Amino acid sequence: MNIETIVFYMFAALSIFSALRVITARNPVHAALFLVLAFFSMAGIWMLLEAEFLAIVLVLVYVGAVMVLFLFVVMMLDVDLVQLREGFWRWFPVGALLAIVMVGEMIWVLAGRQTAETGAKIAKHAADYSNTKELGRLIYTDYVYPFELAAVLLLVAIVAAIALTLRQRRTAKRQDPSKQVQVKREDRVRLISMPPSPKVSIQSDAETDQVKH
Amino acid sequence: MLSLSLSHYLVLSALLFSISVVGIFLNRKNIIVLLMAIELMLLSVNTNFVAFSHYMNDVSGQIFVFFILTVAAAEAAIGLAILIVLFRNLNTINVDDIGSLKG
Repeated sequence: MNIETIVFYMFAALSIFSALRVITARNPVHAALFLVLAFFSMAGIWMLLEAEFLAIVLVLVYVGAVMVLFLFVVMMLDVDLVQLREGFWRWFPVGALLAIVMVGEMIWVLAGRQTAETGAKIAKHAADYSNTKELGRLIYTDYVYPFELAAVLLLVAIVAAIALTLRQRRTAKRQDPSKQVQVKREDRVRLISMPPSPKVSIQSDAETDQVKH
Repeated sequence: MLSLSLSHYLVLSALLFSISVVGIFLNRKNIIVLLMAIELMLLSVNTNFVAFSHYMNDVSGQIFVFFILTVAAAEAAIGLAILIVLFRNLNTINVDDIGSLKG
């Protein structure tokens, strides 16, 4: 049993434990945090598979952005947990049966064939091999068109998310740039010609007060 | 069993996938946890891609994972935006209460 196998089993156990906690946690915040743990342990397993760039991206993008978004939404919504938990285990037998059948089939297919022969003697990359450089080379040559499409997709997602959640309240004061540009001097400033008023001497009043006292 | 092979990774991701299927059965009222179960499914599928890419010595699988991560991030952002709009209008995220389009 070499070190890689030990690391694999450790990360696998961690990810399965946290996945189980994700689906059974009573509080959605705990579920989100256990999902973060699952992502971290999966990133470890991807590291083991020599996909270093993707492992880092998983941690940075998924844990750093998507899960923070999840946590933000979970904490923002005031959810009635008791109502959501009612009848929690009702369909568990059906789901468990389905899961057992799926895993059983998978193990049956995989353990029956000796897939190990394709993988056992896989050559490790050299120490100066850069996974990131190789991925970048492929993205900017063979996959440049899908890459551009992915960028456009992200832009559309940003616009859609903002357009969905944008709320215009009646009472809120907003700027209207076109009105601001079109404004004329006459709309803002009104000059009133007033006749000069007779002089009122305040000083003299003050003097009379002093004389009285 | 003791030396790592492709089937180790495939069985691990099959386990994760089935756990998230059970999660969809269990949390069928709570949309947030449903979304999290979908993220878990995507993670296990991505693990399959990475494992195959490693054992077939072909980096294209990792490019595919890259694009799946992009789409999943967009999906999570839009899904959560829809969830917020839903909660603002109906004041609930219970799936049973969102059946107004049902005939």
